[in-house]
Amino acid sequence: MLELRNLSKHFGGVRAVEELSLTIGQGEIFGLIGPNGSGKSTTVNLICGVFPTTSGAVVFEGRDLTDAPSHRVVAAGIGRTFQNIRLFGDLTVWQNLWVAQNSVKERETGWLTRWLGGERRGRDYAEELLKFAGLSDRSGELARNLAFGEQRRLEMARALAARPKLLLLDEPAAGMNAEEIRQLATRIRALREHGMTILLVEHVMELVMGVTDRIAVLNFGQKIAEGEPAEIRQDPAVRTAYLGTADA
Amino acid sequence: MDFYYGMAQLIGVHTLLGLSAYVVLLTGQVSMAQAGFFAIGAYLGGMLTVLAGLHIVPAMLLAAVASALVATVVGFPALRVKGLMLVVATLAFGEAVRIFWFNFDYQIAKGNIQVGPLGGEGFKQIRYFPENGWSTADVAIFIWAWVIAAMVALWWMDRSRVGSVLRAVGEDELAAQSVGINLTAVKVSAMGIGGFIAGLGGAIYAHYTTHIEHLNFGVVLATFAIAYPILGGLSSVIGVLLAVIFIQGFLVEVLRFMGDWRNLLFGALIVLAMNVRPDGLFDARATRALKRLLGGRDA
Repeated sequence: MLELRNLSKHFGGVRAVEELSLTIGQGEIFGLIGPNGSGKSTTVNLICGVFPTTSGAVVFEGRDLTDAPSHRVVAAGIGRTFQNIRLFGDLTVWQNLWVAQNSVKERETGWLTRWLGGERRGRDYAEELLKFAGLSDRSGELARNLAFGEQRRLEMARALAARPKLLLLDEPAAGMNAEEIRQLATRIRALREHGMTILLVEHVMELVMGVTDRIAVLNFGQKIAEGEPAEIRQDPAVRTAYLGTADA
Repeated sequence: MDFYYGMAQLIGVHTLLGLSAYVVLLTGQVSMAQAGFFAIGAYLGGMLTVLAGLHIVPAMLLAAVASALVATVVGFPALRVKGLMLVVATLAFGEAVRIFWFNFDYQIAKGNIQVGPLGGEGFKQIRYFPENGWSTADVAIFIWAWVIAAMVALWWMDRSRVGSVLRAVGEDELAAQSVGINLTAVKVSAMGIGGFIAGLGGAIYAHYTTHIEHLNFGVVLATFAIAYPILGGLSSVIGVLLAVIFIQGFLVEVLRFMGDWRNLLFGALIVLAMNVRPDGLFDARATRALKRLLGGRDA
């Protein structure tokens, strides 16, 4: 579904991502792990067109999305969350989802049908998302007044509001307690039930090991291992690079 | 009585100017070019009635469309700069427009006098209203019909998804892009809408003063334009209106007895108002209170 071909990104002399190749299949939950500064977030940003690639290609469902502008990446069916939450704080919870539905309508139908019937469908879907994120009773609240955990859930719901086929989660468990992480894992599995493909960038090992089908490990921008969670756990290169000190 | 009609006309025109800056400011762009768009509307509107003999309404609309087109063109390079650099760039554009009219001559004979813009001497004899027998009251009502139409249109836009999209862009461009918003389209459209409203305001202004010159459209006017939405707050178009009434009605008129000292106090009072109500005179809380009062839903 998503294919990265020899993707590289250099910031001046820093090789943030170097010759990275990955293939993520339809319906898969794919984990991307690695120490701080290993190029995980850069990879997400390259896929989303936040900054231009140095070389290589991003191919999604057979279409070349390399260096496509962000809004076109979203229109193609890729949604994302941010490592440091980026909600529209002065908009309400509801408006945050509403804004994200903007591009969907344009893709689906002409403006006339959108005018006549699209609004209602969008509203139903947004309500469904609020329920999914456990925010049904907060819909009129300003996003910046939400608690931290609620903000993370809203950001995920907002990414889903644009109806992506592939969801990129950039460290969704950062700053969460054990209970919240458990709920997050449940949500991720629920999304898979609905046929969502997910790229999970994460530090929290219990989450990555618990929900992913396959994992790729980055170190200094390069892929040092790829495989099922059990294999990764055993991989000596990974252990030295990353898990050596962590209790996996 | 005429004094109050004159006041109403001035407040109406400045409200249009403030609304034009409001739309652009929603997307996070501080534009000092609004006085330039206003000037384009003023000169073109005047030329269309005086030289081409058009009715005031089509003349205004044509002038506004021309302003909107120029604003759209300005919008593209403005995408590349942000913050202070955008302020400087738009300021430079506004001044360029002013200098253009300072150098622009186009006069034709009408009866035994020459009419049309004449460079530094300005554009005199924009006498559509007196020639057609409009009273000061008529003109004031005419202006306010436009102001109300613009306010209702923007209010409606603000409540629709478009309003949320503009605000989303103003708050966080990266996040807005990540949910599929086309930044270029949104920011350039906002500039275009702002240019249209400023053009309308300018065209009316030219007709009620009957005499315009390049000095009317300088940095002071550009500063007023952006001060209205900043002072009034970005939660609603009502804030712009309140800010215009506060500045043009209260500060300028009530403090007139102070002579030249007025300008000093004028600045101090704006600073004070911003400190007392940092989110603007008409902030989100005031909007909610008003909605409750009117029995509307709290959306």
